[in-house]
Amino acid sequence: MTDQTTRRVSAHPFFAPLTEEQLAALSGDGTPVDYGPGERIFAEGGVADRFWLIGAGSVALDMRVPGRGDQIIETLIGGTVLGWSWLHAPYRWHFGAVAREATATIAFDAASVRQRCDADPAFGYAILRCFTPVIIQRLQATRLRVLDLYASPAQAGRAEARP
Amino acid sequence: MTVLVDPVAASAAMPHPYRVVSRRVDTYDTATLELEHDIGPLRAFAAGQFAMLTAYGIGEVPISVSGVVDTGDGRARRLVHTLRAVGAVTRALHATQPGGVIGVRGPYGTTWDEPSAAGRDVVIVAGGIGLAPLRPVIRAVVAERSRYGRLALLIGARTPADLLYARELRRWEGDGVDVGVTVDRPDDGWTGHVGVVTTLLTGARVDPANSVAFVCGPEVMMRFTARALVAQGIPAERVRVSLERNMRCGVGWCGHCQLGPVLVCRDGPVVDWARAEPLMSVREL
Repeated sequence: MTDQTTRRVSAHPFFAPLTEEQLAALSGDGTPVDYGPGERIFAEGGVADRFWLIGAGSVALDMRVPGRGDQIIETLIGGTVLGWSWLHAPYRWHFGAVAREATATIAFDAASVRQRCDADPAFGYAILRCFTPVIIQRLQATRLRVLDLYASPAQAGRAEARP
Repeated sequence: MTVLVDPVAASAAMPHPYRVVSRRVDTYDTATLELEHDIGPLRAFAAGQFAMLTAYGIGEVPISVSGVVDTGDGRARRLVHTLRAVGAVTRALHATQPGGVIGVRGPYGTTWDEPSAAGRDVVIVAGGIGLAPLRPVIRAVVAERSRYGRLALLIGARTPADLLYARELRRWEGDGVDVGVTVDRPDDGWTGHVGVVTTLLTGARVDPANSVAFVCGPEVMMRFTARALVAQGIPAERVRVSLERNMRCGVGWCGHCQLGPVLVCRDGPVVDWARAEPLMSVREL
């Protein structure tokens, strides 16, 4: 951990619910890691042993589809967090992640953060308060995309209802 | 928003014949028509307002203006409309070639009133064909760049092939507009963002407390976007949305477009979120 890492973690809005003490503890589990364009951060099925705070750049979540290659499901931009499969067993990634451009992150040791959560329920609760809004937002976003809002009636397979 | 329509005069108007002077295909089901009349001075349209467009012999539909060519005297001879072919009337309008004639009634409804955003950052969020009614706002802000703060244009589309105004997007970027584009369904060559348009808000370099937002797209998209903008700190009174209802007369007489106490053709289509939210949250209203 460096002072710079602590400052970056403390300044990040994602961790706004944490107290200064909790931020300091969490920063101890963080390491700056940069990724180049196209560099894979993790692969589907791999061990979910970290999560990342994305500072700059962007990351694509993808999934290998037979016959179609790696299909991008969503992109994440700077200012958000990458990875929550580390929170619950079996601690395996359900999707893959690739840096789409030069991407600066802080990577956190998931096992260590989980240990802190188990040892200090207040810390654990604060961490969950950081992650649950993101999980909710991404669930809602996924539901919106399922609605296919921008589709024409023909694209959506609906009967014509417009003039 | 300012109500510019004079109901009595406007309702008396029959559709004026406008000739299609150019037609540009934007996507497989969307085209932009430039229309011109030669019947003397008519009241100019403003950004956000709509026209009732007639495909003679088929029917009439409300379409927001996507370009206003003002001659400088408050009158205009040319109009630009971007149309998506989704029904019998819009298919006929969409297919009209240069030289063909379309009927135009209007201008109707409220405006985006973008001059009132002077001195503030501007956030424009468009979903799908919703970019078309916002185009005049973007052009107006770009044309008078020094009057406004930062300009963030965030666009959501179904696929890369559904993106409107690709050339202009590049030009606007060159003019200092912070353009963000995301699609729901990328193709193999897509290198941009994937996901709903609200995810781009995180990266928008604007000061929410000193911003005005303009939002247009499918109603569900506008609801989620407006809520996200307010959550980021933009006051609901400074988040403007363009409502879509079944407009017929265009002047508040027939009631087809009633949304609670609002007649969308007269009191809208552009309203602020403080007014729109309670209406949009009532089922079947």
